[in-house]
Amino acid sequence: MYEQIAFYLFATLTVILFFITVMSKNVLYAMTSLAAGMVLISGFFFLLGADFLGVVQLIVYVGAVMALYAFAMMFFDATKDIKATHEKPLLVFFLGGMMALVFVVIFSAPVIGANIEAHYPIMEDVGNAQMVGMILFTKYLVPFELAAVMLLVAMIAGIILAGKKMDHSLTTNIEDVKEELLKGKK
Amino acid sequence: METVLPEVTAVGVIIKAVIILAVISAIAGFGTYIERKVLAFMQRRLGPMHVGPYGLLQLIADGIKLFTKEDIIPAHANKFIFAIAPAITAATAFIALSAVPVFPDFTIPEFIPLLGGTFVPSIASDVNIGILFVLGMMAAGLYGPLLAGMAQANKWGLLGSARTAVQFLSYEVVTGLSILAPIMIVGSLSFVDFNDYQNEHIWLVVYQPVAFVLFLIAGFAETNRTPFDILEHEAEIVSGYATEYSGMRWGMFFIGEYANMITIGVIASVVFLGGYSDFFFIPAWIMIILKVAFFFFFMLWVRAAWPHIRPDQLMWLCWKVLMPLAVVNIIITAVVMMAMA
Repeated sequence: MYEQIAFYLFATLTVILFFITVMSKNVLYAMTSLAAGMVLISGFFFLLGADFLGVVQLIVYVGAVMALYAFAMMFFDATKDIKATHEKPLLVFFLGGMMALVFVVIFSAPVIGANIEAHYPIMEDVGNAQMVGMILFTKYLVPFELAAVMLLVAMIAGIILAGKKMDHSLTTNIEDVKEELLKGKK
Repeated sequence: METVLPEVTAVGVIIKAVIILAVISAIAGFGTYIERKVLAFMQRRLGPMHVGPYGLLQLIADGIKLFTKEDIIPAHANKFIFAIAPAITAATAFIALSAVPVFPDFTIPEFIPLLGGTFVPSIASDVNIGILFVLGMMAAGLYGPLLAGMAQANKWGLLGSARTAVQFLSYEVVTGLSILAPIMIVGSLSFVDFNDYQNEHIWLVVYQPVAFVLFLIAGFAETNRTPFDILEHEAEIVSGYATEYSGMRWGMFFIGEYANMITIGVIASVVFLGGYSDFFFIPAWIMIILKVAFFFFFMLWVRAAWPHIRPDQLMWLCWKVLMPLAVVNIIITAVVMMAMA
């Protein structure tokens, strides 16, 4: 019974929070509810007994949304509402609604159609992290390594894009400061 | 080594939660007194002396001041976010404490009515991925300063929250990577397994001195303690994210910070320094308190001894020095483990 109460509590809160994320005009509300929703999703993993995935969800999304905040901080005034201009609000509403519907059908059809059984059910005496590791390094080894290579590529690309003047400090270079000061005098 | 413990009941967990809340909040208050005294002695001053003997009642005076101070919310602030930000810091700090072994377990004596015979566990909720959970929760705690700074419509606050993001993105990698090597040796993420392993072998700090130092440095960044307290650095950005806060809301940030210091102390002592097991003739519960107290004192000591560093120095340190060290440490550990196996 406790599990059901917890599930409905988490489910309601998550839906409400993501609704705020989509509907709010204030960037601070939107991102805070996004972060809170992501944290609450980890509750579902804990309820299912997948502790490891729950914690991974927590750690990964806390960090990811924090990076998003950094960008929001640079582009928006967090205490004011953003005036969004929609050219055709009805069309956007229609397309968004249809896409949501399609996603729900795609994900729920196999669940309703076939009685899904877990291929690798949770074993009582094996730890969560061990089980994830076993599956990752045997059955899903190729996708796992592919993901690793993709992340490496993204990292190298990021370093190349950002790192042209990496050893050149923007704030502490004495020569630059002097130049700026001289410019100011003229 | 196998001892059969009594069953953990819901009442026991609730009592434990209440004990953690009460004691850690009190320690947070007392911690300010200790901090001022330790800093004072290290700087050849006396510190608070006037209220009570040796200034001991100073914390009561501080408490009265905090509770009765006017609670100000700036006019242009985002009021809702401004109000809940301190609660995030305090709540996540206590949630993190729920998964670490804080005090020894005990059974309430039978003669006490109602609760007699209840077993109170050492860890409020013994999840078997304890370390990851605690680190994740402490990471979520940084949302407090971040939201506080962004919601208060103040430039110093905004700078403080920008620095929070910088700090988070710097230290988080080091914490995770540094604690990975001990996890590989023990082969578990549970604090209980760490404790048992070190009961049978020697303290992990002997095998993993590099990881220990890296974890401590990252822990200082995690708790915003002095070499890395760039979030609220008074000399640069007034008070950073806490500029507009007053009264109990500011006090909640403080309680969260002290609770996080204790959490880091507990993690460091359980993972690296043998945890809550007997040491020659000293019983286990004294040992864990001694270790945590040492780490608490160590943080104050470092505050007295080291200057602040700049945010770019923190990023440089974390990404160019500590992270490569941590990765090399992991690789060496893995190679040695493979050779030994």
